[in-house]
Amino acid sequence: MEVAEERPSASPPAIEHTGQAQVLRLYIAGQTPRSIAAFANLKRICEEHLAGRYRIEVIDLVQNPQLAAGDQILAVPTLVRRLPEPVRRIIGDLSNAERVLVGLDIRPAS
Amino acid sequence: MAKLAKTPTGIEGFDEITEGGLPTGRPSLLCGGAGCGKTLFAISFLVHGATRFDEPGVFMSFEESTEELAQNVASLGFDLPGLIQKKKIALDHVRIDRSEIEETGDYDLEGLFIRLGYAIDSIGARRVVLDTIESLFSGLSNASILRAELRRLFRWLKDKGVTALITGERGEGTLTRQGLEEYVSDAVILLDHRVTDEISTRRLRIVKYRGSSHGTNEYPYLIDEYGIAVLPVTTLGLGHAVSSERISTGIARLDTMLGGKGYFRGSTILVSGTAGSGKSSLAAHFMDATCRRGERALAFLFEESPAQVMRNMRSIGIDLQPWVDRGLLEFQAARPSAFGLEMHLSRMHRAIDRFSPSVVVLDPVSSLLGVSAAVDVHGTLMRLVDYLKGAGITALMTTLSHGKTEQERTDTAVSSIVDTWLLLVTLESSGERNRGLYVLKARGMSHSNQIREFLLTDHGVELIDVYAGAVGVLTGSARLSREADEHAAALVQEQELDRRQRALARLKTTFEAELAALRAKFETEQADLASGIIQHQARVARLKEDRSDMARSRRADAGNGGDRSKRKDDAKVKEP
Repeated sequence: MEVAEERPSASPPAIEHTGQAQVLRLYIAGQTPRSIAAFANLKRICEEHLAGRYRIEVIDLVQNPQLAAGDQILAVPTLVRRLPEPVRRIIGDLSNAERVLVGLDIRPAS
Repeated sequence: MAKLAKTPTGIEGFDEITEGGLPTGRPSLLCGGAGCGKTLFAISFLVHGATRFDEPGVFMSFEESTEELAQNVASLGFDLPGLIQKKKIALDHVRIDRSEIEETGDYDLEGLFIRLGYAIDSIGARRVVLDTIESLFSGLSNASILRAELRRLFRWLKDKGVTALITGERGEGTLTRQGLEEYVSDAVILLDHRVTDEISTRRLRIVKYRGSSHGTNEYPYLIDEYGIAVLPVTTLGLGHAVSSERISTGIARLDTMLGGKGYFRGSTILVSGTAGSGKSSLAAHFMDATCRRGERALAFLFEESPAQVMRNMRSIGIDLQPWVDRGLLEFQAARPSAFGLEMHLSRMHRAIDRFSPSVVVLDPVSSLLGVSAAVDVHGTLMRLVDYLKGAGITALMTTLSHGKTEQERTDTAVSSIVDTWLLLVTLESSGERNRGLYVLKARGMSHSNQIREFLLTDHGVELIDVYAGAVGVLTGSARLSREADEHAAALVQEQELDRRQRALARLKTTFEAELAALRAKFETEQADLASGIIQHQARVARLKEDRSDMARSRRADAGNGGDRSKRKDDAKVKEP
């Protein structure tokens, strides 16, 4: 999995969410089952809730180790939302969609 | 089996007590409470590695930012930005902000490994510091993942072959809050910062050092403008070389008292005395004499400021300022209570190492007694003396004694470790106090056993003979008046002798006159006797002649003149 960019089609958003597009970076370390699961989980959540208003960059630290320090990456996988502010980090395989949505401020913490 | 390889930290004293430093290629744990200098220790390890041992290092900070760190160590003369630019050191600040982190599902810390690995590879690092990795526990909630990952990290560091130093905050009842000591099993160093009697002392202890012998004591260490330094408690013992060279005390008369030559070089001199007995003046003379020879002297003052000492010494004609200006004399003044005894000792060590003097003055060591228990002071001084002797430095310590009993007690503790002991006493009589000096002890030299009066004049200390006579020891004006008395008495005695001499002369004249008279009498007598004897003999002879005339005339009557002798006999027989 190279640095990949996903630009999904302009399908209507699943939930109304005004504002900027989500810029999401997923940091992984090699093609591990956990990385693959994280990417799949993220893709599904985005498609369901942010269709057309998101962009995913996948960064493999094994190939680009110099990028780890810049985004303060410790754990992998880590999903970093740089925009909109504030910066958000979600670590783990993103298996819990609820927490991911809360983490991305898409859904308020209940 | 090959000896465990060690990596020097370059931290003064630490490499000595660990016999070489930290275990090469293994992680070591450095733990201690807040403010005990863990970060400083760690950064020193890295900077020394980069600058002195050609071993680049990675500093991974979990607390301070790169800028903060660079600022904090700049005061120690560590140029972190410069070293970073030269690729000697790589700094990575790991910031964990729990408020912006959401955890969902499984993860590992591979990101940290990659960051560290990248930093190590980018500069070819041989040393790594993780400061303080336990911060991860406050940033991430899944402790079981963290523990497993830390275990993996330490193993990974070992595989990388880097010499790592991991710092950890001291926990309640454990060495570190998260029990890191369980994972790092090669070497564990504990820094301790404790406050006793309002005085803080920093101590370092090697809790564990697998595969190596190490000192097990608590070693005091200090942090000052020159960085961190650990002070070995025990020194090599009594194996130091001794010198038979003698150096002047600065007072000619005192040199005379000490076998005519002064102190031994490298010996330890104790000057004890009550307040105002002139201890500091004696020390000043010694410093002055040292600088005059072109050697360096270092004085530790515990009561007075350098300016005060110099002013006071000028009043007795010793000007120390030129020596200070020429860099031959240095004063280090500190209140005894400013810090703990160990800190004092460490500071002294450090100052001595830096200045490399040939003479060290401690004025007065008794002030240190206020800081700590006497037994500690004794131990400290013992170590200092050992150290100074090892370095061949002559030390002069002054100690204040309060009264007779106190003096004995205090001085005994110190006196056993000194070579020469000068006692300054105050002699009080006829309403005045005068100073006296004894040499109580002088190892390895013949010395005077007499007291000298000790005068502080405007041209320095003068030692003069005291009056020691039938009425005891007299000093000052009593000595002067006694001397005047003696002088008068001597004069009287002289006159008396003169008188008697003249009387004797007269007697001699009389004697000779009488002798002459007697001789004359004797000679008269003798002459009389001699003439008497002659007269007697003449008479006897005449008598005899008379008789023979008579006989002759009688024989003429008998008509037989042939047998005279027979006739004479006959006559004799008949005569009575």
